[in-house]
Amino acid sequence: MDVSAQHDASSSNVADVGEIMQAIAEHKGCGTTGGSGKASCGSSAGQGDLPTEIWEKVKNHPCYSEEAHHHYARMHVAVAPACNIQCNYCNRKYDCANESRPGVVSEKLTPEQAAKKVLAVASTIPQMTVLGIAGPGDPLANPDKTFKTFELIYNTAPDIKLCLSTNGLMLPDHVDTIAKYNVDHVTITINMVDPEIGAKIYPWIFYKHKRYTGYEAAKILTDRQLQGLEMLTERGILCKINSVMIPGINDQHLVEVNKAVKSRGAFLHNIMPLISAPEHGTVFGLNGQRGPSAQELKALQDSCEGEMNMMRHCRQCRADAVGLLGEDRSAEFTTEKIMAMEVKYDADTRKAYQAKVEEERVAKVTAKQEELAELAGASSDIKVLVAVATKGSGLINEHFGHAKEFQVYELSTAGAKFVGHRRVDLYCQGGYGEEDSLETIIRAINDCHAVFVAKIGGCPKGDLIKAGIEPVDQYAHEFIEKSAISWFKAYLDKVNGGEIAHVERGDAAIRQGALISAA
Amino acid sequence: MPFKIIASQCTSCSACEPECPNVAIREKGGTFVIDPKKCTECIGHFDEPQCVAVCPVDNTCVIDTSLPRYQAPV
Repeated sequence: MDVSAQHDASSSNVADVGEIMQAIAEHKGCGTTGGSGKASCGSSAGQGDLPTEIWEKVKNHPCYSEEAHHHYARMHVAVAPACNIQCNYCNRKYDCANESRPGVVSEKLTPEQAAKKVLAVASTIPQMTVLGIAGPGDPLANPDKTFKTFELIYNTAPDIKLCLSTNGLMLPDHVDTIAKYNVDHVTITINMVDPEIGAKIYPWIFYKHKRYTGYEAAKILTDRQLQGLEMLTERGILCKINSVMIPGINDQHLVEVNKAVKSRGAFLHNIMPLISAPEHGTVFGLNGQRGPSAQELKALQDSCEGEMNMMRHCRQCRADAVGLLGEDRSAEFTTEKIMAMEVKYDADTRKAYQAKVEEERVAKVTAKQEELAELAGASSDIKVLVAVATKGSGLINEHFGHAKEFQVYELSTAGAKFVGHRRVDLYCQGGYGEEDSLETIIRAINDCHAVFVAKIGGCPKGDLIKAGIEPVDQYAHEFIEKSAISWFKAYLDKVNGGEIAHVERGDAAIRQGALISAA
Repeated sequence: MPFKIIASQCTSCSACEPECPNVAIREKGGTFVIDPKKCTECIGHFDEPQCVAVCPVDNTCVIDTSLPRYQAPV
């Protein structure tokens, strides 16, 4: 859809659920229902446009709504260790407690342990609204464990949304069970719709008691994935498609994948960068296959956006991650600690807390609209990226030295648009800044004109300025979008007044290695 | 009586356990083991040994050469 449509709505200064829904609609993929091409989210009418049942499904789901991911948390339980396909970007042997990437997990859980963990986390983190099963293998290669876990949680904490993430090979066999347990979000990883390309990504699959390789394996996989997707969307289950962008193998092809999944009713497309380093021990890591740069990834996401809405806030998290996207609190909830906990599930406290979160969301939207009104009438082709240090709630509330990631917004006269995030190593360890990590941070946000922080020391400040990135701390603890728009307005004024010249920034690197700093 | 799992390579993913037609595989001490008395090399069940076909780590489910090969009953 045309992103500017959302900002057209800003002429009215009324913050309501409709405006928030409009933000959701941006990420929903217009006209994805049966490929009818109904561009409903282009209008500014708000709530009336998005069917209430869809709004209810995505409004608290951090993985399905960029807007929600600032406020709500998710957790994964690692009950599904077995897998039925081999991917060249995955190596299941690698397990590091400090690393966050798919397929990695510190301990396996039984369904009963998982259910207790979910209740323990839900009681400690009231904004935890979503429970996903994502492995570390494939949930549907472990159907008994997966569905037993869903059953236990469905019976004790029915307000928690259930979702699962699968490679799709066994999906058609389990669609009815998925529907039975009210799992209304399913993610399928689809990296290709052409088996020739698939053969370069998947060395083998295990299907009906036989190992298939090469073209034949990829053909079975793609047929089963697309069939499963169709069966789910027919039943009204929301489907997100994850695709790993592998330069030189499927990067161009993902535009085809995007069309194929859109026409089958997928709700959202998440194109993620390949994570590839020799120390991961994956085929791609060992043969030197590189991942995309930040700008290559953004260009592909931008080129697919006209077809369907794109998820850009994925953190490629662990199969046992806990917390807001971008944070991982799994270490607080080890099996040992959970089993010792006395868990009291209090649905009312959770409800009250979530009501407060909703107030926060509305306040954020109001602030953004007021600032946008100020921009109205300004016209410029200039687009800049800015990085933001945040701990969540849509606020600039993290110190530069404490940031484990930066969120990236694209600013134009149409407003502020979230376009991604960059993971970094902590700059500040025990009060001392480290020069090496500062260089990596600069490389990670090198395409940004400014970095918004709650606080920053004098030393990194100087180095950032030298690198051409303006450190901005004047909006500490204020709303991100409102502040970014206000800064952008001043930037445009300075450019127009001849005070500064607008220069394009270069590319940036996507971090590949393990998180070496303890979270 | 033939296949064994090389423990140092086993990721303990459990994929082999439900695939075994003889229910010969179980978890023991953090990894999985095959009961040599029960293993039939999948002869009479499938064209290929299921544990070998599903195992994510190559050369982890291997013939135990210290034991005689399985003989299908005549």
